[in-house]
Amino acid sequence: MKPVDAHPRRAPDAGYWEHYAHGADIGVRGHGASKEEAFAQAALALTAVVTDPAGVAARECVAIECEAPDDELLFAEWLNGLIYEMATRRMLFARFALRLEDKRLTAEAWGEPVDAARHRPAVEVKGATYTTLRVARDGARWMAQTVVDV
Amino acid sequence: MDLALLEQRSATAWEIPPRGAMRVPAVIYASEALVRDMDHKVYEQAVNVAALPGIVTASYAMPDAHWGYGFPIGGVAAFDPDQGGVVSAGGVGFDISCGVRCLHTGLRRSDLMPVQTELAEALYHRIPAGVGSTGSIHLNGAEMDAMLAGGAKWAVDRGWGRPEDLERIEEYGQMRDARPDQVSTRAKRRQRDEMGTLGSGNHYLEVQEVTAVFDADCAAHFGVALGDIVVMIHCGSRGLGHQIGTEFLKRMAIAATQHGIALADRELACAPIRSPVGQDYLGAMRAAINCALANRQILTDLVRKVFRDVLPQARLPLLYDVSHNTCKVETHRVADGARKLYVHRKGATRAFGPGHPDLPESLRATGQPVLIGGSMGTGSYLLAGTRASETLAFSSACHGAGRAMSRHQALRSWQGRSVVDDLAARGILVKSPSMRGIAEEAPGAYKDVAAVVDAAHAAGLARKVARVEPLVCIKG
Repeated sequence: MKPVDAHPRRAPDAGYWEHYAHGADIGVRGHGASKEEAFAQAALALTAVVTDPAGVAARECVAIECEAPDDELLFAEWLNGLIYEMATRRMLFARFALRLEDKRLTAEAWGEPVDAARHRPAVEVKGATYTTLRVARDGARWMAQTVVDV
Repeated sequence: MDLALLEQRSATAWEIPPRGAMRVPAVIYASEALVRDMDHKVYEQAVNVAALPGIVTASYAMPDAHWGYGFPIGGVAAFDPDQGGVVSAGGVGFDISCGVRCLHTGLRRSDLMPVQTELAEALYHRIPAGVGSTGSIHLNGAEMDAMLAGGAKWAVDRGWGRPEDLERIEEYGQMRDARPDQVSTRAKRRQRDEMGTLGSGNHYLEVQEVTAVFDADCAAHFGVALGDIVVMIHCGSRGLGHQIGTEFLKRMAIAATQHGIALADRELACAPIRSPVGQDYLGAMRAAINCALANRQILTDLVRKVFRDVLPQARLPLLYDVSHNTCKVETHRVADGARKLYVHRKGATRAFGPGHPDLPESLRATGQPVLIGGSMGTGSYLLAGTRASETLAFSSACHGAGRAMSRHQALRSWQGRSVVDDLAARGILVKSPSMRGIAEEAPGAYKDVAAVVDAAHAAGLARKVARVEPLVCIKG
């Protein structure tokens, strides 16, 4: 599991994340050399909905496991697993390492408790929707995206 | 939206006749200007909903409709279990029973203004709001289940409110047939520290002034007059509802395939009402409605305590509490008589008209108060249900202004600090832990709520009673 964190690498083939517009909410999208990296980059995009991931320290590790019948539902489950941990532990995450095996995902997410004064969190995320949900090859690379409800 | 796609039925009604997989027409209630501004996705989503099994009469979009998840936000659809009708988690949404509650204060502007800042500070410090905030009430397993079965009635029984509050809440404060046993451990865990919290995003608590009265008789019946101060609370079922929505979306996406239901969009995930997943969802969703009602009841108690300290003469009786993300079993007249239907309202408010048997005696003459939340700079509205709404859209009306631009666009357009300063210059005190959140929720990011309400009024979905404008706004 090669971890993906908030500090962008300079290599031209580096994975990256982005947001895209949805009327009332926000789309999160990750790109990477592998499905795992695309999922991890999308997780950074999820954190960025709340705060700048570069301001989140990767101090504590939380294990996340989920499964689903296909890649797209599994991607939504991954984000929803993170959303659950963010909500119940009141944490933000900035570094992710994950493994995909068939229909199962195991991951580690590193982060720290929300510090309202320092992180200035904009909004809490309610859940990952299936709106524009897509996991697909993007040439030689992978892309994973969906809209999150805030 | 391209008007050429629609057949105009009146100044505020536009129809998409059945075609392809549509079982019924889709009807959009809005002015021409609002329809032109609507995202084409509303068209697609209203059409997709019209193709779901067991849908009755039509798939409706309210004047504030915008691109949602499967269903448009501002969508109304009713399903008949006798015709293979479905229930859809996406048709209710993640924030189950999100809604608006309005409290009288018995105060006038002149009472409030000398302590406006003190009140704003006290509300901000004592109402838990924003990401990571926790409430002071932590429920053990048995109490969690009691809350999920009892709703606002549970909260009142525990001392967070008054018995007379209950008749001013839909379902008299307690959604029947809730199934706490169908709410997962994870959903309950997510709620453990969130009772009595406001949340974030578009949720708020406002102290408002009545700045216009459109229907003096009805306003008097509701107990509001020009210059009165009211409190409005907008929030929902917090983490518990979000988790139930998340879990059943997945279960229904799988169930729909198993039941041979072809979905144009996975977000339309649904299950037959008479199926194990459908019944499990209904039980859990009703428990989440109770969670939202209990949450708004606890927030009401917190507000009353703050007022008791700052403005002790205020009594704060409840005007009304509406939910705008629900699926409820209601009896409606359709072409072949009265039928018991499962009415989904996603970003739409129930709007029972005068004489409706489910309304308390005190509201039977006027119809149900319909509370429409606007943005923090433009104000909100109080409407009343109409008899006509029954045949127009299963007694439903709009729920808010609806966003005019994305959060990203809003962030590029405004800075939180200047939004707060601009509103302060207009006499509106905004308190929030997040300036970025304020920018994302800037008044300009929303559609003109007045145009939405005017369209609802003109269409006959509900009738305008009064407008209120904020003096204090607490944002999560």
